[in-house]
Amino acid sequence: MRKDTDFFILVFSVGLFVCTNIFLMASGKLPISFNGFGIVLGAGLTLAIYSFLYKDNPAFKIAENLYVGVSLGYTIIIVWFNFLKPDLYDPLIVPFFSEAAKTPQYTLLVPSLLGIFMLLRFSRNLAWLSRWTFAFVVGLGAGISIPRVISAFILEQIKPSLRPAFTGGETILSSIDTLLILLGVTSVLIYFIFSLEHKGTIGKVSKVGIWFLMISFGASFGYTVMARVSLLIGRVQFLLKDWLGILQ
Amino acid sequence: MNFLKRTIPLIIAFTMGVLMTLQYYIPHKLSQDLLEVVTRWDRIIAGFAVFIGAYSLFHLHWTRIKRKVEGWGYSVFVYFGAIITLIFGLINGGKFFWNDKQEGTMFDWLYYYIQVPAGATIFSILAFFIASAAYRTFRARTRESTVLLIAAVIVMLGRVPVGNYISLYIPAIADWIMAVPNLAAKRGILLGVSLGAVATSIKIIFGIERSYLGGGE
Amino acid sequence: MERFLRIDRRIIFAIIAGAVIISLILQFELPIPGSKPVLAVYKKIESIPENSHVMIAFDYDPSSKEELQPMAVAFLHHCFSRNLKVIAMTHYPGAPGLVEQALNAVAGQYGKEYGEDYAFLGYKPGGASLIINMGENLYTAFPKDFYGNDTIALPILQGIGSLRDIDYLFDLAAGTTIETWIVYGKEKYRFEFGAGCTAVMGPDMYPFLQSNQLNGLLAGLKGAAEYEALINKKAFAVSGMRSQSVIHAIIILFVLFGNIIYFMSRRTRHA
Repeated sequence: MRKDTDFFILVFSVGLFVCTNIFLMASGKLPISFNGFGIVLGAGLTLAIYSFLYKDNPAFKIAENLYVGVSLGYTIIIVWFNFLKPDLYDPLIVPFFSEAAKTPQYTLLVPSLLGIFMLLRFSRNLAWLSRWTFAFVVGLGAGISIPRVISAFILEQIKPSLRPAFTGGETILSSIDTLLILLGVTSVLIYFIFSLEHKGTIGKVSKVGIWFLMISFGASFGYTVMARVSLLIGRVQFLLKDWLGILQ
Repeated sequence: MNFLKRTIPLIIAFTMGVLMTLQYYIPHKLSQDLLEVVTRWDRIIAGFAVFIGAYSLFHLHWTRIKRKVEGWGYSVFVYFGAIITLIFGLINGGKFFWNDKQEGTMFDWLYYYIQVPAGATIFSILAFFIASAAYRTFRARTRESTVLLIAAVIVMLGRVPVGNYISLYIPAIADWIMAVPNLAAKRGILLGVSLGAVATSIKIIFGIERSYLGGGE
Repeated sequence: MERFLRIDRRIIFAIIAGAVIISLILQFELPIPGSKPVLAVYKKIESIPENSHVMIAFDYDPSSKEELQPMAVAFLHHCFSRNLKVIAMTHYPGAPGLVEQALNAVAGQYGKEYGEDYAFLGYKPGGASLIINMGENLYTAFPKDFYGNDTIALPILQGIGSLRDIDYLFDLAAGTTIETWIVYGKEKYRFEFGAGCTAVMGPDMYPFLQSNQLNGLLAGLKGAAEYEALINKKAFAVSGMRSQSVIHAIIILFVLFGNIIYFMSRRTRHA
């Protein structure tokens, strides 16, 4: 009985979708062109994915897997045209076959080799070579980040937290805010020190830290709701405007 | 063999780490040239990493198809989507992939009418689930969760035009929440995470943190 | 009472969907005043002299398109109307199609020419290393633009050697790229920096606003709507604010209603 109902809903939905598109194209609201069919495909995929809200179903899974495949294909092609071709193929390979080109940039052999070593992690015997690449990447990452993180994220962030609460010209409220920020930063940092037992004064200060954290999590929750709703609005705008032509 | 598999990687990480840390404090032409060369190399290596991701995904779905696990038929659509996109990308509007990328080809069409609508829609589904979760589970059970709830409600109201209609204080309080307590907490987290990142980097350079070597000998 | 909490969640889904559709169809105006972080970006663009170079990093892909594409379009309108030169690039392999769409649509309206008034350098992997590479030498980071032209020959890049020569850098971010630009770019190459981000990331950016590491911020569709209103090009984001207001109100009612039932049923149980 349940299966019959689901089958009926599927047939009805597909039928309605087809009829709507025939109407839209016949009435000239959607152009009969590549772009017109593209919009139909986009609307179909959008609705197929939303069908998940009713229950998990084949239309949703097909749309989801097709999306994964197309994104994968797109990424590979973009990587070719934007990275492999201009950064390796053109400066390193082309000069061997074309007299007009400049001499090959042999230094590029080093990162290419390291890149190939990384791909060897799928080989049984040579997987250890990928460690050289990871060591290079991780070592470089550690080296460039130490001074920059200290400067940009630690010193630059401590500076405004320690600014004078009153230098003249501020309102009392803004001076209180400055002190509150200092209190918040300190108490949150103390809350995160787990090597100290949270008892006595430390315990009290870390409690204040929790209150600051809770307010900020509340703010983050509010903003997360905002973000998800915005995405939904965008998709409904696409359906109502680009596909159905209801919105101007 | 242990030397090649273990010692050399540790030497590479140490050398690169120390060299690049010192480089920051040496504003000499040579030092800047070194920085330019190694970062260029690093981003080329990062390009190869894309293929590791691609291989893993292809491999995962190939295994599902080969072993005929439940729902393996859907994995065929991953291959179908990837292969047609790759074919049209390589054909490049008739100019083929060894020439520069052409505009307005079938490859772009697949992007605009499959990847864009599907990608945007998948993430928008969360709007429904977050609404449902707000109704069913967002409760003022403790004092802390009450504070969280009140902050969330004020920010949600204060950040949309309707908040202005209810009271001009709502957007003002929302602004204050963002610019004072929220800022302080986020800065505390940022400082904590940054100190942790610097500590981890130092551990990597001196070979104390070796998880990047993976398991094995 | 508790049965209200156990209603089929599809009813909640239907209410949300219905509310979005109706509030989009019904036309009513809501005030959208510019907030301080958004005004800061707007004023910065207003203050830069004509023909200055603005670099826009389109660091997002289709999954965040609904929030960031309207923002990108509004920001491009402002840049082109002020006759600024726009250089675009991205850290995301899924972004190029969206970048082309936004650039071509807006540049066309102002009669701007590719290569002269704007350029798209394309996608490059590398994250932090790419930014440092651009900071040291833009031409080894991007030897060619998205269409295969030699960047060194592009008229728009005359006088630009690295990130140090960029007058304003604006990052449209769906991930952690704002932090990456600050640590590996702004920290050393000292360019003026502003950003637009998804609302999820908005609260995390406030420490950078106060420390002036970010000169201004557009957070989420609301940020985009404020910008559209400021430049007087009301489009997707402004009309989306109607639904945004209605859905927020509904979700708050859900939360209140859920809590009232929760407390009432708890009291009944205790009694």
